[in-house]
Amino acid sequence: MSFLNSIWLVPLLPAAGATFQLLFGRKVKNRVVSAISVGLPGLSFLWAVGCFLELLNRPEHTFTKVLYTWLPAGAFHLSNGSLGNLTVSAGFLLDPLSGVMLLVVTGVGFIIHVYSTGYMKGEGGYYRFFGYMNLFMFSMLVLVLAENYLMMFVGWEGVGLCSYLLIGFYFKRKSASDAGKKAFVVNRIGDAGFLMGLMLITVTFGTLNFQQVTAMARSGQFPVGAGVITAICILLFVGAAGKSAQLPLYVWLPDAMEGPTPVSALIHAATMVTAGVYMVARSNALYVLSPFAMHLVAAIGVTTAFFAATIALVQNDIKRVLAYSTISQLGYMFVACGVGAFDAGIFHLMTHAFFKALLFLAAGSVIHSMGGEQDMRRMGGLRKKIPTTYWTFLIAALAISGIPPLSGFVSKDEILWQSYAGSEGHYLLWIVGWITAGLTALYMFRQIFMTFWGESHVSPEVEHHIHESPRSMLGPLVTLAGLSAVGGFIGWPYLLGGSYRFGVFLEPVFQNHLAIPAAQHAFTEFDLMALSIAIAASGIYLAYRIYVQYPQFAGRVAALAGAGYEILLNKYFVDELYDALFVNRTKDLGNTLAAFDAGVVDGGVNGVGWLTRLTADISRLWDIWVIDGLVNVMAFTVKLLSFPARIIQTGFVQNYAWLITFGVLVFFAYYLLHF
Amino acid sequence: MIPTDWFLLLGTGLFTIGVIGVLSRRNVLVILMSIELILNAVNINLVAFSHYLRSIDGQIFAIFVITDAAAEAAIGLGLIIALFRNKETVNADEINLLKW
Repeated sequence: MSFLNSIWLVPLLPAAGATFQLLFGRKVKNRVVSAISVGLPGLSFLWAVGCFLELLNRPEHTFTKVLYTWLPAGAFHLSNGSLGNLTVSAGFLLDPLSGVMLLVVTGVGFIIHVYSTGYMKGEGGYYRFFGYMNLFMFSMLVLVLAENYLMMFVGWEGVGLCSYLLIGFYFKRKSASDAGKKAFVVNRIGDAGFLMGLMLITVTFGTLNFQQVTAMARSGQFPVGAGVITAICILLFVGAAGKSAQLPLYVWLPDAMEGPTPVSALIHAATMVTAGVYMVARSNALYVLSPFAMHLVAAIGVTTAFFAATIALVQNDIKRVLAYSTISQLGYMFVACGVGAFDAGIFHLMTHAFFKALLFLAAGSVIHSMGGEQDMRRMGGLRKKIPTTYWTFLIAALAISGIPPLSGFVSKDEILWQSYAGSEGHYLLWIVGWITAGLTALYMFRQIFMTFWGESHVSPEVEHHIHESPRSMLGPLVTLAGLSAVGGFIGWPYLLGGSYRFGVFLEPVFQNHLAIPAAQHAFTEFDLMALSIAIAASGIYLAYRIYVQYPQFAGRVAALAGAGYEILLNKYFVDELYDALFVNRTKDLGNTLAAFDAGVVDGGVNGVGWLTRLTADISRLWDIWVIDGLVNVMAFTVKLLSFPARIIQTGFVQNYAWLITFGVLVFFAYYLLHF
Repeated sequence: MIPTDWFLLLGTGLFTIGVIGVLSRRNVLVILMSIELILNAVNINLVAFSHYLRSIDGQIFAIFVITDAAAEAAIGLGLIIALFRNKETVNADEINLLKW
């Protein structure tokens, strides 16, 4: 039995789960729903592991399997005039890149499903939640296993849909359903760019298959910096920016926190938002051909990273901080891709999946034990009360801040080094990235200290509520904590004595000059590593001083900063700006068109109605005056003519007798006169 | 001898009185009587011509007319009685049910 040959089972199992739950889930007990919705992804994970192991055994770490031809050959003209034939198949491609993504998606997905059985226990719509989660797993797996852009787009849209469904899970809350709509609409804007990119790829390359496009791009057919390639890359990046929440299309992610916490963990931390990074990494052959696009990606990535980190610094909702943190870390991944270090970007994707999922799940655990409280200002002093949650949260925070030897340190450091020394790197990228790393440590530990340390600001009713979460929730936390701690070792850098196995494994996909940096850099990798550890440590220390030792300090700084603080707290008023620029203008357009419809279109219809009434009136008048008139005239004539005959009928016999006599006299007269 | 013309004139006179009576009297009994008068006028005419033409035919015809008049009077009275039973009046002016 070959795992790889039935690789289609990996997405199919969650799909079957989703179908079952959405069709029948209402009628079966929650326990059955839990069993199915955790069991199937679990099986899927095991199968994925099997596939991965088999892949490793193959000489070339590549496996493709085509299920059937989806779009049969359609002839058309390529942009260079030649005749092309587009055939799109429904098929799977498993290579190191999709293998890594596969394991991350199935593994972290499975863990989060287990957690959800504990978190969502007793919630209404239990079956619906797991149905959508499984549907999401299916779509995401289609996305990462796809062998061509179009199938990836199917998965892309599918995860967008599931994101909408799950963000708006508590649909009775207006803010939740609004957030779902916002996510979907903003995503769609990105998708428009993506689609245009796909169309350009089609007319330039004549195919949408990853392997074919990569081969053609690397064949030297296109000069470096070719305009059409740049355009493709930029359009694809627009799609990635929408899906992975980069400037300017990031606005949906903070609002997406309206969904249940496992959703935030799975979709908005570990998997869906990484789809953009995956897509860029998959198209690395194209990006490498366009330095402009790569610079753009890196610039937007680092700007987003910094921007989001500044906002995270002042947020008070435990999940919002993590949302902005996600946006920030995604920025890092795009920086990596932008400087050509795609493997570093994917490495950070993986480690981020571990510690960000852990952060969200742990935050969910905190919220759960606080009975629903999410504002950090009403927490504090929780570390003795919910120790397991605290320790796992701490490990994740250390990982994200980049403290060795945790996984986050290894991946982030790789990115920072490449951003300075890589072939497309620039010291400015490093500087901003470095500062952001400091900010990351600062806001993460602000969060830790506000939530778990210091005086308790918990309100009394919640106080005696506080309890540690059930095993179904703690188990995943501990698992992810372990992964966050040791996950970095497979990519341990050469500098520190490691063999960078991760990068080596991914090399056939990226074929990049694992950017052996040029010798003449002012700073060595070791210097930079030391600097990043230093700023992370100082961030932690600063957070400790501000939030534990002098709690009033933060308040006073906020008061002093005044407008600056308000701007950060209100997320730079970007949402308000978008509202004014786009949302309200679209609504205005809608209103204008509605008025047009009511006035002109409906007016037309009303006009026709009026015309009909008019004709009816004329008909009526004609009928009354002419038709009936004719009849009346006839009657009148008859009456007129009958008048003489009528007046004779007096009813008096004597009148009749007189008439007889009169007649006789007339005859007499006639005879007398004529004879 | 009496000239036949005078008999005829008498007959005409009676006839005219009778016709005028039929046409202008209100009481239906009087109208009946006037009708009798007309018939008798015709009788006089008939007898006058019978005398003039020295033929018995005229007189025979007159006997027929008398018989006829008698029958007619009987029926006429019957009609009037029926009419009176329904309308409570013998005034011809009030009998105008057949008015248009």
